Amino acid sequence: MPKKKIRWKNYVPFYIMALPGIIYMICNNYMPMFGIVLAFKKLDVTKGILGSPWAGFKNFEFLFKTKATIGIIRNTVLYNLLFLFLGTALAVALAILLNEVKSRKMGKLYQSLILIPYLMSWVIASYLVYAFLAQDIGIINNSILRPLGQDAINWYSEKKYWPYILTFAYMWKNIGYMMIIYYSSIVGLSADYFEAASLDGATKWQQIRQITLPLIKGTIITMVILNLGRIVTSDFSLFYQIPKNNGALYSVTQTLDVYVYNALMKNSDFAMSSAASVFQSIVGFIFVLITNAVVRKYNEESALF
Amino acid sequence: MKSKDELKWQIISNGVMGIVSLAALLPFILLIIASFTDEKWALANGYSFFPGKFSTEAYGYIMNNAAMIGRGYLNTLLVTLIGTAGSILFTSLFAYALAKDNLPFGRILNFLCIFTMLFSGGQVASYYIWSNVFHVRDTYLGLILPNLMMNAFNVILVKNYYKTSIPASLLEAAKVDGASEFSIFVRIVMPLSIPINATIGLMTGLAYWNDWINGLYYLTSRKGERFYTIQLILNRINDSIAFLQSSSNIVTGVSFPAATARMAIAVTGIIPVLIVYPFLQKYFVKGITVGAVKE
Repeated sequence: MPKKKIRWKNYVPFYIMALPGIIYMICNNYMPMFGIVLAFKKLDVTKGILGSPWAGFKNFEFLFKTKATIGIIRNTVLYNLLFLFLGTALAVALAILLNEVKSRKMGKLYQSLILIPYLMSWVIASYLVYAFLAQDIGIINNSILRPLGQDAINWYSEKKYWPYILTFAYMWKNIGYMMIIYYSSIVGLSADYFEAASLDGATKWQQIRQITLPLIKGTIITMVILNLGRIVTSDFSLFYQIPKNNGALYSVTQTLDVYVYNALMKNSDFAMSSAASVFQSIVGFIFVLITNAVVRKYNEESALF
Repeated sequence: MKSKDELKWQIISNGVMGIVSLAALLPFILLIIASFTDEKWALANGYSFFPGKFSTEAYGYIMNNAAMIGRGYLNTLLVTLIGTAGSILFTSLFAYALAKDNLPFGRILNFLCIFTMLFSGGQVASYYIWSNVFHVRDTYLGLILPNLMMNAFNVILVKNYYKTSIPASLLEAAKVDGASEFSIFVRIVMPLSIPINATIGLMTGLAYWNDWINGLYYLTSRKGERFYTIQLILNRINDSIAFLQSSSNIVTGVSFPAATARMAIAVTGIIPVLIVYPFLQKYFVKGITVGAVKE
């Protein structure tokens, strides 16, 4: 068969259509990828990236010599793991319960209400948290602790409470989103299984354990693995807004993304911030590749590529 | 026996879902009540679900400073509308090209698109490029362009929609009738894509409405303050309540209802979302579930 000649003229309109998107991708995604060399330079803003002298791995050496760095990476990874496993367990449980609600009207109402926090920004969420925790005018100190005769707690400077506060805030805001993902996969299951089990006299609990959970196991595992791929990326807004970027709390609240912001914008420290940021993108890339390969083996349709 | 099991599960499920729903809602109720609390009462007794004294003083303060809040609203609306419209346009056009069978270099384009989901230059490099190469600092573009305008995930979503939901025969027929690719796109593809555009448009719109990170990075000087959106005003107040005072008409030194006014401004930020939410809920849920498949 002779090779078909490409008739370029037919394709020109498509390239023109793709052009705005391509240009945006180059500006927003590909140019920053080359910006990674920043981390290997001793940046002199007046000379730009290309004109600045090379620094080799010096910036990374500095970064990992700092004691706080390990703590920051630890915070990032541990909060991610905690949020992922606790969040998944709660979301699956809520999705199953939501599916048990007989009244469609009530089911819809619950779903709508639980999703509301997800629609609001973390800035708004920080105002809500402040209304509860503010030392002088917060509702917890004034309406709960004081009537009980307890001393007011200075929430915004006591480190020990923050792992709980952050976890609670994350769950409060995101659980509706996670629940809906699992709920939609439960709703998609065939009713036949449940009818047959019910005729055989299986209780609800037995149906949940032996039909629902095994059938949505695939979705759960895929979601968990894909999220593990983002283990070094944290939700900047959560960790910046909720503790109000309070330095006194950094040892338990600062994650890589917050550190990058503070180093770059507050301390104008290009060396440290670019090293941390590049560390994050390279380690993140490796994790995405690994987790995607695992998902591909397990459930090809859900793999990214 | 069976109906007892049934009843038990109705009680458990409704009970738990009821409690969780309430937990989702209560903080917002507190926020709204706090904004209507008398300032002096709030300072003495803290925010409360049952304040001893109501007042609209905080909203009076907002009215007196309508210039700042109004400007914030206008900025939010502008950024959200332009950003979302641009996003839908860029995304659909790009997706349409990628959906074309046998497009030369189509596979490379597709790969370049997907690769952006796997690897990024990181925040510092992104900041450096946008501020030092494109100079978006202290302009509207700083709020609109970085990160939010188009993402590979939506492109793939729309591309798949084109491939599965728009009959190729329809496009062929239009072609035979002599329609150009552009008029096919405008007259056939776009009208048939309303569901997917509504879904990605809503998620993008929400992202713009709620965004404050671009402002944090790109509106850093005094000059940038006039581009503040509602979220950025709220963020600044969080940093220092003095911002409210400095940018208000009130003569410095005169007291203003700091504790309740900040809550009132937060209320103005959530009300529009709460108003449109019931009407668009279907699309929000759709956006979340289609997003989950490949996220």
